[in-house]
Amino acid sequence: MSDQDTISPSLAAQVLAEFEKDWRKELRRSMPVKERMKGGRRPMPQRAPGERNKDFAEVNLGLGAEEAVAEARRCLDCAKPGCIAGCPVRIDIPSFVKLVEKGEFAAAAAKVREANSLPAVCGRVCPQESQCEEKCALRKATGVAVGIGNLERFVSDYERREGGAVVSDLPPSTGRKVAVVGAGPSGMTVAGELARAGHRVTIFEALHDAGGVLVYGIPEFRLPKSILVAEISYLRRLGVEFRMNFIVGKTATIDDLRADGYEVFFIGSGAGLPNFMKVPGENLVGVYSANEYLTRVNLMRAYDFPRYDTPVFPGRRAAVIGGGNVAIDSVRTAKRLGAERALIIYRRSRVEMPARVEEVHHAEEEGIEFHFLTVPTRYIGDEHGRVKAMECLRMELGEPDASGRRRPVPVPGSEFTAEVDLVVVAIGQSPNPLIPQTTPGLKVGKWGTIDVDWETMATSLPGVYAGGDIARGGATVILAMGDARTAAAAMDRRLKQGSAG
Amino acid sequence: MPRVVRRERLVPNIHLLEVEAPEIARKCLPGQFVIVMPDAHGERIPLTIADWDRERGTVTSVFMAVGTTTRKLALLKAGDTVPIFAGPLGRPSEIGSVGTVLCAGGCFGIAAIHPLARAFKAAGNRVVILVDVKADYLLYWRDKLEAIADEFVVSSRDGLYGGTDFVPRHVRDILAREKVDRIVAVGCTYLMSSIAEATRPSGVRTMVCLNPIMVDGTGMCGACRVTVDGQTKFACVDGPDFDGHLVDWAELYARRKSYFDDEVRSLCAWEEERFP
Ligand SMILES: Cc1cc2nc3c(=O)[nH]c(=O)nc-3n(C[C@H](O)[C@H](O)[C@H](O)COP(=O)(O)OP(=O)(O)OC[C@H]3O[C@@H](n4cnc5c(N)ncnc54)[C@H](O)[C@@H]3O)c2cc1C
Ligand SMILES: Cc1cc2nc3c(=O)[nH]c(=O)nc-3n(C[C@H](O)[C@H](O)[C@H](O)COP(=O)(O)OP(=O)(O)OC[C@H]3O[C@@H](n4cnc5c(N)ncnc54)[C@H](O)[C@@H]3O)c2cc1C
Ligand code: FES
Repeated sequence: MSDQDTISPSLAAQVLAEFEKDWRKELRRSMPVKERMKGGRRPMPQRAPGERNKDFAEVNLGLGAEEAVAEARRCLDCAKPGCIAGCPVRIDIPSFVKLVEKGEFAAAAAKVREANSLPAVCGRVCPQESQCEEKCALRKATGVAVGIGNLERFVSDYERREGGAVVSDLPPSTGRKVAVVGAGPSGMTVAGELARAGHRVTIFEALHDAGGVLVYGIPEFRLPKSILVAEISYLRRLGVEFRMNFIVGKTATIDDLRADGYEVFFIGSGAGLPNFMKVPGENLVGVYSANEYLTRVNLMRAYDFPRYDTPVFPGRRAAVIGGGNVAIDSVRTAKRLGAERALIIYRRSRVEMPARVEEVHHAEEEGIEFHFLTVPTRYIGDEHGRVKAMECLRMELGEPDASGRRRPVPVPGSEFTAEVDLVVVAIGQSPNPLIPQTTPGLKVGKWGTIDVDWETMATSLPGVYAGGDIARGGATVILAMGDARTAAAAMDRRLKQGSAG
Repeated sequence: MPRVVRRERLVPNIHLLEVEAPEIARKCLPGQFVIVMPDAHGERIPLTIADWDRERGTVTSVFMAVGTTTRKLALLKAGDTVPIFAGPLGRPSEIGSVGTVLCAGGCFGIAAIHPLARAFKAAGNRVVILVDVKADYLLYWRDKLEAIADEFVVSSRDGLYGGTDFVPRHVRDILAREKVDRIVAVGCTYLMSSIAEATRPSGVRTMVCLNPIMVDGTGMCGACRVTVDGQTKFACVDGPDFDGHLVDWAELYARRKSYFDDEVRSLCAWEEERFP
């Protein structure tokens, strides 16, 4: 998969062929462009902030059929659509949007599925504003892009309500054994692709529920678990076997699995190792990594304690350190668990926040307080070793750094102390070193990511491929999935060429 | 789901759990642990692997019933299943031929010390086993341990009043009496910290098996952070064994008490539901 802004000639030809189909022409003629450009985007129906910030039910309710068709009409069906190049997995966006306009929702869902195996997930969590929607001609003309993400969500929810993706006839089994490490978005995608190619796929997952970050990290109010359940049941129908509570590198190594007859491997073990800032007091009781905090709440269901046995500390004054999706998910979770004040402490300013714009917006509506240009320097504990305050330092923006964002520099003498009883550190994750440590010959890069050939996602070991966060460091669901599709194609080629191991 | 082969009470409050887990049995080494969850609403807790049978494919742990999870485990019967029995986790203990090794264990650690003592013996060391029990009738696995030990010492608190200095006193006596090259201690935090204090003056390498609260056990959450030699370590992947002289014990005590009120609430809720 390429990150470039152009699409391949073969894809461009396919897109053009669809564009020139008679029904598309007719649809374009049915409504003048001026008419299409009138009126803004159909708003996403959502629950009231004061109601939703007290429970874990989903915030966005999804477009209705009429709204979806109306939104699809806004799409100008450009001859040279920019949106496709903005999508990391190159969904033929105009084709699916126009199928929505025509009312053929199932066909639209199938169109999305050609390129995206987790559309209900991506429709909810992709940063569309910096991908497809950013390239939308309508955005350039009117300032507001077609709600492509909302439409993707609509068609996939439609498909799920109608009984889920159809398992078309599978080719005869090749009997070749494929091992996938990790049941996150990358692992699930590889498994789906290779099962459909007729191979015998087993997913080995360390935790007791499949989904990776989608199940232990991203909260129910943003991504309901029922969506994952549907995706997992689809994989099972394809014949994928799940081995849960199986830690590759511990329960068995890649070499052990090879000895058990697995021929090709995909490592999609994610970036699960939480980073800390190494400031004094970070090990006080009440200071969590975002991973621990979210895992307790989402995977272990601490929000329903004591019906579920795992506790989590419900802070009164919660501070979350960071400005990405992980931080926003954590702070909104703290609010929902009853925090009177829930603060984001971010060292840069609002424009540099990497979180999805919609989530930041939702968080503000829900009463989250944002403190920009601020870093914690020390946590202060009470006599029981429990955090009771944090010392912070103000920053100002200096020269741009390697990421092109202006670097925050401390303002001398700006220290201040804030009372807090819950701190969640959400400053990023690194790859878990478990698999590299137990797989001799597997090359890793400077940040612990597994080195891959980006054309095929092959690692330094024959037959072993990797993708998603373990290869990229913290990235996105859609990039993980794109890697997975590239890897699956290369793995399938390898199996078909018959060169095992 | 993993099937329970045996669950029996060894002595009051201490139970043995043997589970069918062929992969773990094939791979595990002394000092490693498993993560267990007793039922679908349960919590994930770590238990040390106390024994294994590679041929039958079973793994045995011994646990003390202290809270909701361990009370639930104590009700399991042969043939039941548990949703999670994952491992083997943690780094194996460092076993070597060092000379004389003192293996000290208390409560569940009496069993947890067993694979360590066995491995040290097999590596050619003289092995002294010291077990700590509150009363004579709480001693278990005596035969198994005596079969390994060159010397077997029981520290019982029967009939003694005042002070809690039982095990450390025995440790000091043994150190005064003979040259000891390595000490390993497994059990409650108090047992391990007091042994580490007792051996600090002599400087004998004292390995302790730390027991912070854990969630995943694979390095993903950081719940198990401990400070060793001024550095934060994740006990589940960097340990659980550490040099007891370098551990920040005060922090460990505090972090283990993180959820004290919740644990009581959880246990009360479960008891009310189960024994109305
Ligand atoms: C709180 C949070 C919010 C996020 N929000 C967004 C968002 O809004 N939009 C977006 O696009 N991205 C978001 N992301 C990032 C996105 O979730 C990740 O980029 C994506 O999940 C990476 O997928 P993956 O398959 O590479 O790995 P993961 O999703 O991390 O899955 C890896 C899986 O492998 C398992 N595993 C690890 N080691 C082993 C082993 N040794 N043996 C067996 N199994 C193992 C893990 O348990 C896990 O299930 C968010 C991340 C977090 C943490
Ligand atoms: C690496 C490791 C190996 C262990 N091996 C064993 C073993 O072989 N046998 C055994 O009986 N116990 C062992 N423990 C301790 C065991 O995990 C706890 O006793 C258990 O989690 C208590 O759960 P609970 O729900 O029954 O009690 P809770 O209600 O959760 O707690 C009751 C008491 O146990 C303490 N506690 C709670 N959670 C933990 C935890 N995760 N770890 C340690 N203490 C805790 C609390 O401080 C409290 O005092 C080990 C711990 C670790 C980290
Ligand atoms: S228990 Fe989660 S990192 Fe150790």
